[in-house]
Amino acid sequence: MPTDLQARPTQASRSGGESQVVAVQDVSHAYSGPDGRRVLALSGVSMCAAAGELLAVVGPSGCGKTTLLELICGLQRPDAGTIACAPAALMPQRDLLLPWLRSVDNAALALRIAGLPRARATARAASLFAEMGLAGFERARPSELSGGMRQRVAFLRTLLSGKRVLCLDEPFGALDAITRAEMQGWLARALAREPRTVVLVTHDVEEAVLLGARVAILSPRPGRVIEELEVDSPRPRSRTDARIVGLRERALQVLGLGAPA
Amino acid sequence: MRARALQLLPALFVVALLIGAWELYVDLSGVDAAVLPAPHDVGTALWNSGELLLRNFKVTALEVVLGLGMALSAGFGLAVAIHLSPVLRRAFYPLAVGSQALPIPVIGVLLVFWWGFGIFPKLAIIALICFFPVLVTTVDGLAAVDPEQLKLMRTLDASRWQAFRFAELPAGLPAALSGARIALAVGVIGAFIAETTTPTSGPYPGLGREILTDVNFQTSRAYAGTLLLFLFAITCFYALSLAERKLAPWTIRPRGEAT
Repeated sequence: MPTDLQARPTQASRSGGESQVVAVQDVSHAYSGPDGRRVLALSGVSMCAAAGELLAVVGPSGCGKTTLLELICGLQRPDAGTIACAPAALMPQRDLLLPWLRSVDNAALALRIAGLPRARATARAASLFAEMGLAGFERARPSELSGGMRQRVAFLRTLLSGKRVLCLDEPFGALDAITRAEMQGWLARALAREPRTVVLVTHDVEEAVLLGARVAILSPRPGRVIEELEVDSPRPRSRTDARIVGLRERALQVLGLGAPA
Repeated sequence: MRARALQLLPALFVVALLIGAWELYVDLSGVDAAVLPAPHDVGTALWNSGELLLRNFKVTALEVVLGLGMALSAGFGLAVAIHLSPVLRRAFYPLAVGSQALPIPVIGVLLVFWWGFGIFPKLAIIALICFFPVLVTTVDGLAAVDPEQLKLMRTLDASRWQAFRFAELPAGLPAALSGARIALAVGVIGAFIAETTTPTSGPYPGLGREILTDVNFQTSRAYAGTLLLFLFAITCFYALSLAERKLAPWTIRPRGEAT
């Protein structure tokens, strides 16, 4: 599917040679808690993702996953350790679509910010709507979209930022189980068409092994990487595939949630 | 259109009820017509002095529209400046609050000294009275933007101006429009205050001045003039509600009442 998204020459040339697009080394970070005390969110975390790879980060609530993404996106500087990362765009946990913009204008936001005139920016965003399963909803306002559609518009907005790395913060966490399963399949297909390096944060172990090429499992706060799994099953993957089920069990065990053997 | 007309029924019913009660009260209490004229006397005065009242009304309406225009620009502009600059906030916000305590006649003298008997002193007074609600609501509205939204703008490499233009400004617009509606409601009484505190040359000094002259010996005409101001305020208010639908369509709830 030849879209103008795939070939961004500046980025292609920048990617030449380097293998790790995201490299997190021994990162520790604390934030100010509600009572003013410093809360250690991440402790000595290391992980990496190669170009075009999807790195899934899974862990219990409050293990510093969102903090990790904000560090990768450069919204915060780590207290210790280093982060080397190509320019990254964040898809926040809440879709944060702007209610005053129509969905096509929301999707085109990054293009407008990059200085494209409105007509060209929206035309380019609209050209991807069908591919994203959003055809016919270009002029809808966010309040008129279903939860799954809002996530797709938010994903398209992130994609159109043109950055090499997409940081997805529990993108399907707020969706019902059926919509979430649909959206997981949709994300896998969307990334097959528009390959990017992705850091996907989730608390859903199945989602992590289903979508990730690599799964980093974080401990409860302060988050440390307690296990890294490679998922080499071919795509498209099925959640009933024996290897996927096996990895899922393994991950749950690491998290202390496995069925007693 | 029929549905629209039906929506007016409750208001018309209340008005009819009030007029009936008023007429009855005047009849039964025997109150002096110089104190409270009966509704039918007000109607007669409106008919007999129609031309005089209308010409004065035009003067006042122009003052209100221009004065409000100034108030909205000043209130909105100052709110944006205060929002973008903490220094300007510290410098101007207390003064803006203080400005609302100014007794108008005190500055009226100065305004007339500067600009004479024309429309400008009136506009300045209306603007002074009306800019404040716009300022306060807009400052709050601009600050009420979701901080996560601003974070998102940062990840998309938005400049300060772009974050303002795409996120903060539209987020603050509904509040600014609410402020405008309050300003509008005060605007008409502001024009009355302006006209009665600064002298005007010419045959038609405006409805406010006319009402003040009439109130002692032609009370029914004073009431007729008041009726015009009353209707004007209502018309302006709903006109702004219509404009609001155009300016901030995303705030229209499914049942879309222009409250």
